[in-house]
Amino acid sequence: MTLLGITLVAPLAGCLLLAFLGHRKAAGWLNIGASGVSFGASAALALDVFTGGPQLSAGKYFYIDAFNVYLVALTAFVGLTTAIFSRPYMRHEVERGRVTDRRMRLYHSMYQGFLFTMLLALSTNNLGILWVAMEAATLSTVLLVSLYRTPESIEAAWKYFVLCGVGIAQALFGTVLVYFAAEQHLGGEREDTLLWTVLHGAAANLDPAVLSLAFVFLLVGYGTKVGLVPLHNWLPDAHSEGPTPMSAVLSGLLLNVALYALVRLKMLVDASLHTSLAGYLMMGFGLVSFMVAGLFLHRQHDIKRMFSYSSIEHMGLMTYAFGLGGPLATFGALLHMTVHSLTKSAIFITVGYASQLAGTQRIDRIRGIIRTQPAIGWSLLIGTIAIAGFPPFGVFTSEFLLITATMKAWPWLAVPLLIGFGVAFAGLFRHLQPMVFGEPPAGQKPLHANMLPVMVHLVLVLWLGLSIPAFLARWFEQATVLISGASPL
Amino acid sequence: MTQFAQIGVFNQAIVLFAALVLFTSFIMLAQTRMLPLIFSFAWQGALLAVATALVAFVSGHSHLYVSALMTVALKVVAIPWLLYRLTLQLKIQFDAEPVRHPSLLLLGGAGLVIFSYSVALPVVHRSGLATRNTIAVSVAVILIGMLLMIARKKALAQVIGFMSIENGLFFSAVVSTYGMPLVVELGVAFDVLVAAILFGVFFLHMRESFDSLDVDRLTRLSEARDSLPGHGEAGEAPESHP
Repeated sequence: MTLLGITLVAPLAGCLLLAFLGHRKAAGWLNIGASGVSFGASAALALDVFTGGPQLSAGKYFYIDAFNVYLVALTAFVGLTTAIFSRPYMRHEVERGRVTDRRMRLYHSMYQGFLFTMLLALSTNNLGILWVAMEAATLSTVLLVSLYRTPESIEAAWKYFVLCGVGIAQALFGTVLVYFAAEQHLGGEREDTLLWTVLHGAAANLDPAVLSLAFVFLLVGYGTKVGLVPLHNWLPDAHSEGPTPMSAVLSGLLLNVALYALVRLKMLVDASLHTSLAGYLMMGFGLVSFMVAGLFLHRQHDIKRMFSYSSIEHMGLMTYAFGLGGPLATFGALLHMTVHSLTKSAIFITVGYASQLAGTQRIDRIRGIIRTQPAIGWSLLIGTIAIAGFPPFGVFTSEFLLITATMKAWPWLAVPLLIGFGVAFAGLFRHLQPMVFGEPPAGQKPLHANMLPVMVHLVLVLWLGLSIPAFLARWFEQATVLISGASPL
Repeated sequence: MTQFAQIGVFNQAIVLFAALVLFTSFIMLAQTRMLPLIFSFAWQGALLAVATALVAFVSGHSHLYVSALMTVALKVVAIPWLLYRLTLQLKIQFDAEPVRHPSLLLLGGAGLVIFSYSVALPVVHRSGLATRNTIAVSVAVILIGMLLMIARKKALAQVIGFMSIENGLFFSAVVSTYGMPLVVELGVAFDVLVAAILFGVFFLHMRESFDSLDVDRLTRLSEARDSLPGHGEAGEAPESHP
């Protein structure tokens, strides 16, 4: 548990320290350092849990099992690579005069604060604290979305704030209802009624009517943060107007954490209801998000907005897969969570460089990147190929698993899924082709770009597509058994 | 016999205060001027605190006294004071917002109350708590807060709606389970306080960029805008004017 302590304390300390030092030259390095310590500890923790099984902290406040430990490690990893990208990127933004010293302090401090809230949400054992951390994740990023203080960014941040705030309020009501059901069964005198470990043990005896009511509220609440259609309005705005490192962590991580909360609660509700109500709801919402977001990809004019819609599409697919249940779909969804995080954050990093290169985020002004700076052009091309689900990348593997699982359980749903893949693919590539291969405008000069994080992410995704390492497969299997109760292998 | 009568009186008092909390929700729904809106929000907090203290007294859960105190500190003093200062600073204290179809709005509120009674039915059936009759009221406060946010265009009114939703959530926890565990309530209170401060920061930013606190002006980001023919320089992405 000390490892978990380090994982959590490093970003918290970074948050406090950078509030004072965030504008210094060394702040970027400090940001990387705090994220690095956190990632190192989380990796060690992951190995620990992998060999030793689930851990419960002394005060029962934290609980780590196969499901959340892999998300903790993934979150810390993407946090680290994005921090590495953010150092030169934000310095470039300072040089262009888009951010002042004060805002750099805010940015660095809140970057670490955001990582802390996400790691807290993932590792806490208390459903109430889970909610508090999710809300705190919104609060810590809302001022970062409006970091540039343009009217557009302020509008985006306001939308993000109000929609996510109201949305997640529903989840708090759902949590109250879960607590109510637990108190009915366990008695009101106990202090530990809201702990996941206690609730999961008692889930079969919780009142089904109350829990199904609770799940509706929880789905709407956390679903807003996952970005499920029709609750997705904040997402493209918030992702496109903020600084690019924020887009990378929002898209790659925050959405995962919200989905994690939803899946945890679905496990409770399923055990109580003995029906697939929760699964059907998630399948419906997920499939609609998947289809609608794919269509919206076609009419985008802003490159970051386009990839935010692609995030909605993939989150919809994962929600659908978790709703489908069963070992194969769950395994696919877990794998998809990983590869989507890695690919999408790599894409956003590349997009950040591409828009710095072109001096705009408008798709019709970004032209011929591959000629001006091949590293960025190729990364954008390969990243998009990966996210569109082409072999041999990991996204293909997980999507293939999901289609196989769909064929087994609901054969006719494979049709909309396949159509959706096609629509999304067309939507991405009609915009991508001229951006990468077109004629570069005169005077477009290459810039100093650190492509290391992108390379690392894409190589990992490629590796996951070619062969899932044995230990990772066993790890996913453990998590799958935890969620769906059976092994896919 | 006298004991029963005594419990009955206190329970009646709880129901009375719950009704008053709901009543302030309706007042906020119809109140168009900014300062009275803030004051009615403070009143709602005060009534909520009294109701919570009464529940604490009836049920013997002493940690609810702490919650009641936190409610007073946060929702009667801190947040209204923060908003009051902001309205003076931004000189919007005499602003009134024309609300279209006020009677329809109030009817909608009444409809939501009825709806909440039907939503809360499964919970009320299973509850053995003395306060179960007010669960539906707390749901109604949440829903009316949302209606307020939908119906209003002023950012301040939306913030009041947001905070009133939070009041309803708090109340629902108090009356259905005698409050959440203290650590959770502290966390929620912290989030609400940070949210209130952030809203204040936003008012200043919005005034700077839009010269107004009308949410109606926030129309730059939408899919429809992007698809308009001839859309060009006006709505340019931030990069174009560093």
